[in-house]
Amino acid sequence: MTTFEGCAHKFEDDINTDYIISSRRKRDTLDLNILKNYIMEDIDPEFAGKLQPGDILTAGYNFGCGSAMEVAALVLKAAGIKVVVAKSFARTFYRNAINSGLLPIEADTDDIDANDRLRINLKNTGIIIHNLTKNTMVRASAPGGVILEIFRAGGLVNYIRDAGNFPPGVSEK
Amino acid sequence: MNRTIVEKIISNHCDHPVSAGEVVIPFIDLAMATDGSGPLSIELFQQMQINELRDPEKIIMVLDHYVPCPNDKVARLHDMMRQFCKKTDCKLFDLGEGIGHQLLPEKGYIKPGSIVLGADSHSCTYGALNALGTGIGSSDFAAVMATGKLWLKVPVSVKIELKGRPAKTVTAKDLALYMVGKLGNEAANYASLEFCGDTLSTLDMDDRLTVCNMMVETGAKCAIMPFDQITENFLSQFHSTGFQPVDPDPGADYDKIIEFEVHNMVPQIAAPHQVDNIFAVSELEGTPIDMVIIGTCTNGRLKDLLQAASLLREHQKAPGVELLVVPASRQIYSQAAQQGILELFSQNGAMILPPGCGPCCGSSAGIPGDGKNVLSTANRNFLGRMGNVNANIYLGSPLTAAAAAITGKITDPGEWLHDDF
Repeated sequence: MTTFEGCAHKFEDDINTDYIISSRRKRDTLDLNILKNYIMEDIDPEFAGKLQPGDILTAGYNFGCGSAMEVAALVLKAAGIKVVVAKSFARTFYRNAINSGLLPIEADTDDIDANDRLRINLKNTGIIIHNLTKNTMVRASAPGGVILEIFRAGGLVNYIRDAGNFPPGVSEK
Repeated sequence: MNRTIVEKIISNHCDHPVSAGEVVIPFIDLAMATDGSGPLSIELFQQMQINELRDPEKIIMVLDHYVPCPNDKVARLHDMMRQFCKKTDCKLFDLGEGIGHQLLPEKGYIKPGSIVLGADSHSCTYGALNALGTGIGSSDFAAVMATGKLWLKVPVSVKIELKGRPAKTVTAKDLALYMVGKLGNEAANYASLEFCGDTLSTLDMDDRLTVCNMMVETGAKCAIMPFDQITENFLSQFHSTGFQPVDPDPGADYDKIIEFEVHNMVPQIAAPHQVDNIFAVSELEGTPIDMVIIGTCTNGRLKDLLQAASLLREHQKAPGVELLVVPASRQIYSQAAQQGILELFSQNGAMILPPGCGPCCGSSAGIPGDGKNVLSTANRNFLGRMGNVNANIYLGSPLTAAAAAITGKITDPGEWLHDDF
């Protein structure tokens, strides 16, 4: 089991990757330690300054829609975020998160408020989100098979570097 | 078992037949990265500690986002990509050749039945050629370079049946915007959209590329057109062989079946700051427009430029409106030049930009000023998308864009068109 604990930040539906990190910032640098100072700047200029390592992002539907740029996942990780909980993710963000070792969890986030303290337990059989502030609990599915293996390796780069290749004939429901 | 197009395409790339919901590791026919995603992909590939590309012939890099190069930092990234491509012997399209999503179909790289992954979200464009085209990230691209394969979830399929013949003023872009508005921006999340219906016979390849390009704005993984006479005619220019068109099996299992009647459709426009914030152009008629962009991977093809030119040939651009025209590739640029429409645009006060993504995502020059209203033929209008959070972006067809350039306001293009259009 892996456990994550941190303070929740709350976002609405349809947070696109341009909001997470603007393309014009990428024009100036790819250095994540610089880019992390501009996370969400177009919708909340104060946000990056408030972020603490270990904080957990929560959001509504369609988190990470828009561009497929992986920097959107990497920059969150660089800021110390290890988990994003949303009602749903755009598929490219979901891929990029797993491939970067950032855990995307699909769950109902209505009962989570900003600054709630969350403890998240990840097992192969499922995920439990404990809201320590409200003393409530939400269950979610864990990613399966090779997807979980890639996440547990810390991302796709580590996975391929360690294994040299994908396993042959992988197929899981 | 009866399978959808996407299930059949992925099955053909695995060692067993697959169905929706499975996570599989198919081999990949072609992968494309841009200067937006390529530098990070190269860095991640090197971190994988694999010394050579699995198959250089299946890897293409395109310098299209930052054209011409805007600063010294991007210049270093461009050089890094050039050196990598030279060293690994993979194909590079350098600055000014065009947008990846145009070059791949235009140069014959997209084959029916193939899996083509692009490290850019609009890679769903390739579905116009009956291929599985979908967007991936930079780690994904690095993994394809290293192994020739990638993990993919087999998506459920949503069948979209298009019925009827659109009016002359209703372009493929209007059709695409209409569908995005009706489906919403995540109705098709993770799903494959599979098109059918008699409307398709009215959509040529330029139109189909436009429609498939926009479908990622519904959240779709891919958007696939059937293989038909139009596909065959388009492909005949390349004399290519060895591809395998894919039809759905009769009785294939669809998550949803959605029908759209197109004959009553009117020109559509997306208002700020969401692509699914769709109105009839007539509903927003009169909204002032300061800047007009005609181009991008959605609408920078010859047909689009000709449509815009059909209005700008006979009407003057409104004073004060900034008009930018960006052909999607060098070939289109040349064709437009040969047909005299670049000169026509220029004489009418337009700036012609080099082939590439242009001002679409603020990566190249053409950034709107504070408080400006932009009408663009691009595919996204998010806040700050074009590099200024204080600008408002509307999305419409080349005809709607040209009409706005003429009046300086959102204008239904219908009233400007002759009967013989």
